[in-house]
Amino acid sequence: MSQQVVIPHVSRIEGHAKITIDLDDAGDVADARLHVTQLRGFEKFTEGRPYYEMPAITARICGICPVSHLLASVKACDAIMCVSIPEPAKKLRELLHYAQFVQSHALSFFHLSAPDLLLGMDADIKVRNVLGLAEKYPDAARDGIALRKFGQDAIERLAGQRVHPAWTVPGGVSSPLSRENRDAIAAGLPAAMAIVNRALSLVKGLVDKFPEEVASFSNLSTMYAGLVSPKGNLRIYDGNIRFRGQDGQIVSEVERPSDYSTYIGEATLSHSYLKAPYYKPIGYPNGIYRVGPMARLNAADQCGSEAADRELAEYRQRLGRVPQSAFYNHYARLIEIVWSLEHMRALLDDREILSPYVRAQASVNAPEGVGIIEAPRGILIHHYKVDSDGAMTWANLIVATGHNNLAMNYGVKQVASHFIKKGAITEGILNRVCAVVRAYDPCLSCSTHADGRPALQLNIRSANGTILESLNTRD
Amino acid sequence: MSTNYVSTKATLATVWLDGCAGCHMSLLDIDEVLIELASRIELVFGPLVDAQTFPVGVDVTLIEGAVSNQDDLKLAQKVRANSKVVVALGDCAVTSNVPSMRNSIPVRQLLQRVYVEGADVNKVPPHDGIPSLARHAVPLHEAIRVDVYVPGCPPKPGAIARVILQLLDAKNPDLSGFVKFG
Repeated sequence: MSQQVVIPHVSRIEGHAKITIDLDDAGDVADARLHVTQLRGFEKFTEGRPYYEMPAITARICGICPVSHLLASVKACDAIMCVSIPEPAKKLRELLHYAQFVQSHALSFFHLSAPDLLLGMDADIKVRNVLGLAEKYPDAARDGIALRKFGQDAIERLAGQRVHPAWTVPGGVSSPLSRENRDAIAAGLPAAMAIVNRALSLVKGLVDKFPEEVASFSNLSTMYAGLVSPKGNLRIYDGNIRFRGQDGQIVSEVERPSDYSTYIGEATLSHSYLKAPYYKPIGYPNGIYRVGPMARLNAADQCGSEAADRELAEYRQRLGRVPQSAFYNHYARLIEIVWSLEHMRALLDDREILSPYVRAQASVNAPEGVGIIEAPRGILIHHYKVDSDGAMTWANLIVATGHNNLAMNYGVKQVASHFIKKGAITEGILNRVCAVVRAYDPCLSCSTHADGRPALQLNIRSANGTILESLNTRD
Repeated sequence: MSTNYVSTKATLATVWLDGCAGCHMSLLDIDEVLIELASRIELVFGPLVDAQTFPVGVDVTLIEGAVSNQDDLKLAQKVRANSKVVVALGDCAVTSNVPSMRNSIPVRQLLQRVYVEGADVNKVPPHDGIPSLARHAVPLHEAIRVDVYVPGCPPKPGAIARVILQLLDAKNPDLSGFVKFG
């Protein structure tokens, strides 16, 4: 008899999603799907709004990485105004962005995934969370809280508040950085670096202890996309979109943001409110590529800062030049925190960072603009069209999590197939099915900007479509 | 598989409906107070824990987000039936805020714009295994009775810590001077 298993609530991810697993007559996995269950419609309901409202509105797509949307949005607005923003403003935006990478990566690693990595994939469901972590591994929990706090505090000192700040504006930022705040942020850097170094030691000891997860967490050959500098360094605020193949060869490099749509297409999936972008020159679905920490390290030649490059060399020595299991995102994420902290140090030491020249004023000088940045979970694209008065006539938003949609679906099926044999399903197995999604640190809040939230639901359905078991219905 | 929690600690649940998670981030922004709370409360449901069903007899439930689809409505009703105190956390729960910006647009037009006009392949709105969108995104009190309102986009961490601690001490929360809309 075939059957269907449903995980209604994929937990410890940033959003709502559901998973359906179809089993065949022998009880083995026939298919599995990730459903993102909400849509919010930002592309439609922003029509008619003034373009300069877009940063504040689109920040509300996501409270986890509002800075990402703020930056992609103001860059699209800069393009509509045709301004080249003052250099200090660019540096301040970058500083804000690095701080966000630190807090968001800390959240993903410590608050969301460390319970799986430290307490174990099969740990008691009641303690397999950040509070359970605090009881068993209080030092790790305190490290996580402190590192996230460092990033959030830097955002507050730069931008006035931690979530949805109104500081980044079309043309630059609204106020300069004070000496006092610069010194306060800089004072926290050594402790933050010590925390991430402890976490790196931890992860290096762990990566070899999860061979089954490494083997099954979206362990597949794809392309990888990330922003890089002309020299091939890792970039997050601007840069070329580079696509690199699994064989290590560079497939293409997109220099102008406005050319993105020549390379990236979007497919609707019947089972999800989250669309699936694909690499257009190859087509759907073979044009699968991934974004995010591991993909960025794969796409770049090097990080471009000393400590991070040292870590990257060790990472590549252990995992190869182009690792492909999504499990390694945890390791890559920590290297990116090291890199972010090094760049924060360099920017805070830059004399120009206290400059009062932080904003260019202009009005509408172009009918459309594209802003592209790296959100913590991957490439984020805001594309706006406006009329001559600056009222929005059209918007397209391609969010980081979307790029990974095809690979996450593949991963869910791969993990389920790997662990579910002859219909035997344990809670720990279902947790692993969720954990592969968690490895991508998906922001399903972002991903459903179209309108809604993801609730991960797991259906086990028989081959003839009958639902065998609906574990965990969240109702 | 509903779980009955037997605990000497007070039980807290958090729920994320149609919102951006910013209120949950502001909850985490209470930083070290989290460790203090860990000794007084058990977190029994929400995006940060793995429980799949809403437990019975929860002392306090914080709800972020507007009610925008059938899943939201069913979950909100279940929360109400199983919680002693329900807190509308943040502007989306209190007023429906940004999610309600779509309310003037028919759902069919939204789906058409995003999945047909906004796609290159498979130009058909999704329909398999996902909840339908409600005609309107509404504030929480239009769906269920709400005991405490905490506005803000998001509410400040201090306000969230204050409301939790006052409820744990069985006080009527006094948030004057701690909250504002937006």
